[in-house]
Amino acid sequence: MPQISQLLEVYGSQFFWLLIVIGIIYFGIARNMVPKISKTVDDRQKRITDDLAAAQAAQDKAEQIETDYRTSINDARADALGNINEAKAKAAKKNEAAVKRADTAFAKKADEADAALKAAKTAALKEIETVAAEAAQAIVSTVSGAKVSAADAKKAVKAAF
Amino acid sequence: MHQFEVQPIFDGFTLFGQQISFTNSALWMFLVLGLLYVFMMGGMKRELVPGRWQIMVEGIVGFVDNIIATSIGPNGKKYTPWVFTLFMFILFSNLLGMMPFGIIPGIHPFTVTSQFTVTGLLAAISFSIVLVVGFWKHGFKFFSLFIPHGTPVVMIPLIFMVELLSFLVRPFSLALRLFVAMIAGHILIKVFANFVIQAIDAGGASWGIAVLSIIFIAFVSALELLVCAIQAYVFALLTSLYINDAENLH
Repeated sequence: MPQISQLLEVYGSQFFWLLIVIGIIYFGIARNMVPKISKTVDDRQKRITDDLAAAQAAQDKAEQIETDYRTSINDARADALGNINEAKAKAAKKNEAAVKRADTAFAKKADEADAALKAAKTAALKEIETVAAEAAQAIVSTVSGAKVSAADAKKAVKAAF
Repeated sequence: MHQFEVQPIFDGFTLFGQQISFTNSALWMFLVLGLLYVFMMGGMKRELVPGRWQIMVEGIVGFVDNIIATSIGPNGKKYTPWVFTLFMFILFSNLLGMMPFGIIPGIHPFTVTSQFTVTGLLAAISFSIVLVVGFWKHGFKFFSLFIPHGTPVVMIPLIFMVELLSFLVRPFSLALRLFVAMIAGHILIKVFANFVIQAIDAGGASWGIAVLSIIFIAFVSALELLVCAIQAYVFALLTSLYINDAENLH
């Protein structure tokens, strides 16, 4: 095995060159380049975390805004509904009052008209009676030549009615 | 066995009486370094929306961070560079050694992690970190690591010795595990490759053995690629577990 048979001749040069190479790797690469690479990874991780946090915050804000909007729109709707109901009630009351007033006026007018009608009817009846009595008197006198007194004719007409 | 031999490319200099020559092993270490650098540069665009390459690099960095986070916890951040160095160096060495560069004449791929000197030094550094951190943070209380909770008083000396032994074996098991896994896979493939050539030389019905061996090589290679990743992971994971013992002490 050359590793053992050569050991005494080569260990010096092996150690020497190995120490140089290992030293260059340790100080040049492992202590110099590796931290930079680690930092790149950490920075990226940090940036991803930050971005995610920002996105989460933005989403929360959007949700908050939506909730606010919902609440305000619901409030407005309730308000409007209340207003409408109030207006409806007001209008209904007003209508009722107006209708009542009109009713009373109509009733009054109707009563008056009724009374006038009744009076007119009575007057008309009386007139008709008088005319009928006169007509009956004239007819009797024309047909029979007998003279009928106005009072008799009136009595007969009244009976006929 | 030739593939595990360390050969000088050019003679370097002498340091503390040792010949420090630039070897094929050193060359492949630098190839690993270069490959790792190119790989990491692909992840340095630092775009907000990563491309495929950047995702890959960030995935591996996150993987190592995860090992540290689960086995050491929040105190483990300062050990990330070392565990990352271990994981990436071992992973790239293992994989580079498995690549079929050998089909190009004159190029002999070399698996750095199949050298006991290399895995041994890596394990020794990890173990030194454990010792230094342990004694620095806890002082002599660090020895309480060797006495599990609820041990009967009579048993303490025995348990202490057993735990101490298992603790001292850690760097060797760490180094040997990786070294053996890599060398075994390579040797297994080499053995079956040998069968192919011998069977073809023998001719006749032996062709069946050659075909069978090639199929086997394909499967072993796939398995080895898995082992490459697993061994790198195991080395990094065990190192962070050992550091956890020193950092958090029970």
